[in-house]
Amino acid sequence: MKGLTAGLVAARMPISAQEPAVSAPAEKNFRIWDVHSHLGAMPGDTPEGRLELLIRHMDRLGIERVILSQGFEQYEYHATPEQIRIENDRVMRAVKLFPDRAYGSLYINPENVEFCLEEFDRCVRDGPMVNIGEIETDVRCNSPNLDPIVEKAIEFHVPICQHTWINSLGDGPGESSPFDMAELARRHPKGKFVCMHTGGNWEIGIRAIRDCENVWAEIAGSDPTSGFTEMAVRELGAERVVYGSDVGGRSFGSQVGKVLGANIADAAKELILSGNLRRLLQPVLQAKGLAS
Amino acid sequence: MIDTNVHLFQWPFRRLTGDTPAELVAQLKSKGVRQAWAGSFEALFCRDVAGVNLRLAAACRDQGADFLVPFGVVNPKSPDWEEDLRRCHEVHRMPGIRLYPSYHRYELTDLDFVKLLTLATSRRLIVQIALSMEDPRTQYQWMMAMPADPKPLGPLVAKLPALKLVLLNGGYWAGNDDPDIVALRKAENVYFDMAKNEGIGGLESLIAATSPDRVVFGSFYPFFYFESALLKVREADLTGNQSAALTEGNARRLLASA
Repeated sequence: MKGLTAGLVAARMPISAQEPAVSAPAEKNFRIWDVHSHLGAMPGDTPEGRLELLIRHMDRLGIERVILSQGFEQYEYHATPEQIRIENDRVMRAVKLFPDRAYGSLYINPENVEFCLEEFDRCVRDGPMVNIGEIETDVRCNSPNLDPIVEKAIEFHVPICQHTWINSLGDGPGESSPFDMAELARRHPKGKFVCMHTGGNWEIGIRAIRDCENVWAEIAGSDPTSGFTEMAVRELGAERVVYGSDVGGRSFGSQVGKVLGANIADAAKELILSGNLRRLLQPVLQAKGLAS
Repeated sequence: MIDTNVHLFQWPFRRLTGDTPAELVAQLKSKGVRQAWAGSFEALFCRDVAGVNLRLAAACRDQGADFLVPFGVVNPKSPDWEEDLRRCHEVHRMPGIRLYPSYHRYELTDLDFVKLLTLATSRRLIVQIALSMEDPRTQYQWMMAMPADPKPLGPLVAKLPALKLVLLNGGYWAGNDDPDIVALRKAENVYFDMAKNEGIGGLESLIAATSPDRVVFGSFYPFFYFESALLKVREADLTGNQSAALTEGNARRLLASA
């Protein structure tokens, strides 16, 4: 453990004290919180080891904190309660070791509502987790199955992060779209929803959620296609756009670049890179006595 | 820094920051780029590729000597494409060409494509192949262009040892044990750009799977945010020598050989 800690101390040197591989963009130092990270698609036998690896990458780009959820093993569809419990335990183990760098987010499969609510109580109400999601592709999120889960989230001031795509090659079974997300959000005006990927096809996804003030557009997990962030800010306002990466399948760098490279004001970048997420999480963090 | 993967003019489906030559050059120079190898977005759909190359060459020339290096398009399924190749080389003095098999609808087993590689090799031209452009998942459904399958290149490059090949927008090369892909990764005359390479440790894996001497910096600007490529390099755990080779040295050596 000493070696691990020492390594992290070294890795957390200020960016300016390290040897950058190339000159950094001439940007101010933004606080960066990442709403969308997993422990999959990377080496390491343990959740703690994989989060340590993530932190080394975070430090090279000045990323302060990640919201971590499922993905150590891949259950693309229909994860069982046992698999879900194991994934949530892995996240809580990792976060426990690095509480100043990661918060845990609850993995659920809304096919089994009763188990979702039990797992919420175990990991959020009585545990350290502060967020729900990424909810994956088991049930489309406009299903009534989501309603009791959303009500619980509202009660505990917890945001819900829902995977969405509009895939030109065809959506997967149970895969949600931003249209489904908007439908759920309209049913629950007091809920706070993060539309993960904003549908991938973001020019459609942004429009789908445009009139839902309780839905935030998240920019992770797609190619760093120029114009995404600018359109989101133009159509939704910078207050409704949130940075995420979808590591380990994606790089932090490619996804942070969507914000730092965008032709928007620094104030908007501040909101997207951490301000909006910290504000979204502030009630639950405050209730748990955690830092924002 | 040398960026081996930029495009001039307008992407057919979206206006982009940097889609005029002057704006693109200003943006790249402000990021520390000293030279950029430029193709043309017009190459995807315009049938008059001779006109595309004429405009590309003129725009590069107009932006000052030695910053934009034009890579003209040749479509081996177009009539008299050999003349387009000759003009790229002899009239426009281009050091290489850029091919778009996904958009020009040919496989990399196509005999005309093989002939094109052979003729380009005899002219000592660099050949860049854009294996993909836009992620198929976000393309217009009635104008899909699926990524080209690079496997046929494995045996092909072995038969053309003097060929200088750069594979653009290939994405994930590590972890594929297909023998033809392994041969391609190990071929001394094949280079890989990193514009679509992603993942935790993705760049390090790409270099390990190929060679530190054959991975080149490519941003795919202006279709991608330039910063995404820059920050991937910064995120990677590279030595100073590896970083210098990636961002400039390998491309400079390759261009000098053309």
